[in-house]
Amino acid sequence: MSVSVSAEPLPSPLLRPRFADMEYVSPEGLRLDGRRPLEMRQIKAEIGAVSKADGSAVFEMGNTKVIAAVYGPREVQNRSQQLSDQALVRCEYSMANFSTGDRMRKPKGDRRSTEISLVIRQTMEACILTHLMPRSQIDIFVQVLQADGGTRSACINAATLALADAGIPMRDLVTSCSAGYLNSTPLLDLNYVEDSAGGPDVTVGFLPKLDKVTLLQMDAKLPIDTFENVMQLAIEGCKAVANYIREVLLENTKQLECRRGV
Amino acid sequence: MRGLQVSLNQTQKIRLQRALEKIDSFSSKSNPNASVTVADTIPVNFEDGVLKGHGTSELDGEVVATLCGVVERVNKLVYVRTLRARYKPEIGDIIVGRVIEVAPKRWRLEINFSQDAVLMLSSMNLPDGIQRRRTAVDELNMRSIFEENDVVCAEVRGFQHDGSLHLQARSQKYGKLERGQLLTVSPYLVKRRKQHFHHIEQYGIDLILGCNGFIWVGEHVEARDDMIVEDQVSTSEQQNATPNRYPASLEEQERTYTPLETRQNICRTANAVRVLSTLGFSINVEVIMEMVNLSSSLNLNIHEMLGAEFCVLVAEGEAERRSLKKKKG
Repeated sequence: MSVSVSAEPLPSPLLRPRFADMEYVSPEGLRLDGRRPLEMRQIKAEIGAVSKADGSAVFEMGNTKVIAAVYGPREVQNRSQQLSDQALVRCEYSMANFSTGDRMRKPKGDRRSTEISLVIRQTMEACILTHLMPRSQIDIFVQVLQADGGTRSACINAATLALADAGIPMRDLVTSCSAGYLNSTPLLDLNYVEDSAGGPDVTVGFLPKLDKVTLLQMDAKLPIDTFENVMQLAIEGCKAVANYIREVLLENTKQLECRRGV
Repeated sequence: MRGLQVSLNQTQKIRLQRALEKIDSFSSKSNPNASVTVADTIPVNFEDGVLKGHGTSELDGEVVATLCGVVERVNKLVYVRTLRARYKPEIGDIIVGRVIEVAPKRWRLEINFSQDAVLMLSSMNLPDGIQRRRTAVDELNMRSIFEENDVVCAEVRGFQHDGSLHLQARSQKYGKLERGQLLTVSPYLVKRRKQHFHHIEQYGIDLILGCNGFIWVGEHVEARDDMIVEDQVSTSEQQNATPNRYPASLEEQERTYTPLETRQNICRTANAVRVLSTLGFSINVEVIMEMVNLSSSLNLNIHEMLGAEFCVLVAEGEAERRSLKKKKG
């Protein structure tokens, strides 16, 4: 069983649990961390983690913890990249050296983080109303503080919150969630152990209001009918995340308005 | 909570919480359902016809918010007023900015907008109100007026055809700001008013509340005649061709010397602004002065104003003030 590039970094082949000889769902219907197959990890979001940024947020999905900071819209740093009719969106994804079990040597510039940066940038660009801010640039920085599977989803959710906090106009709140298929059971929101099993892992980015998918990634093969089930499960996860994010934002907006007074 | 990085003890925590709850209760009664987040539907009565303003878009015949903020309705117009966002310029706003580039015939200023603002040399009048003549010499001496990293106060002139934002400084009250502190707060905390320049005689300081959230606290300058002086300097420079930037003479040093007391007053006022900004309370000159007076009446040191106790006191004071206002109104 080969593991594709985009799976979470693995400690070593010896420690890696084997997909074939592991039981990911017990006969009682419980997963390794005690969840039910259709259960998400606990999510927690906090707005305003970086004081100097225009918008920032921390997003946690179980043991995965991600921090996002948004700067902009601001003057384009590199004049040659300036777009006269829309804003330039840039994104940088990085993993903290201490985010995984064994310390990472080279946290920046590897192929995996370049790919995830690109994915996040494209997903966010699809929902930002870039034409309202011509000749400016928006920088999104996301960093993984703790990695336990589903960092890509957590990063997108954190970036959404940070963008909304920065007051950047958006079509919709894009949210993301992953789902997998192990032991012939669709599983919602895979953690590190389940992710490294090497089974199919479907990450979906979803616009709940418009009912549209902006991101869909899978790195294995699945029969089409199973795939549809798994994807539907991921979409349900996205909706749950969206509800939570909406609550957090509304609470934050109300608080800011109340504090300010008249 | 955003920004609040003081360590509170148990009683302070409870007092702060109580004060903030009290504040929250006043506002929530007056306007309960006006807050929206991205992609929330804004309820409107389509029979009257609706004008969709900033922060809204149309989706399947519904008006949908594209920002987080508060819904405002003016006759037919519906728009979302955002809270934490960058500054949105309006013509005539008084702003404070920092020069980041001296370009041909213009300065570029950072003003917390999505682009840099432009201040043309021709948008600056000579000290006695005469229009500038466009001479090459004038252009070469631009650095004697403003240099990079200078803090400048100006007025928003408007957007040019190419979408760039232009500023002007056609009066004595605008121009370079020296001997003081620049503070940056979120622009939504500064309300547009008739008066943004404040001279606080009691403390001998000037306070400029820029609409872009840049706040200047500095020593009071009597009838800004800096520009005359500087023009004279520049002409003498041309004659002698020996640029001497440093104030060498004793007389010059006397002129730029700020007494200790004034410096302390500047710091006290600046700290009052910092406390208000971390608590997210609206910033205006009355509140700032109240904070300054409160801190001096309590005999607090300047640095103690950023501590937990003063922060709690400010929150309690604000709750008290709002409850009084409520009773009156």
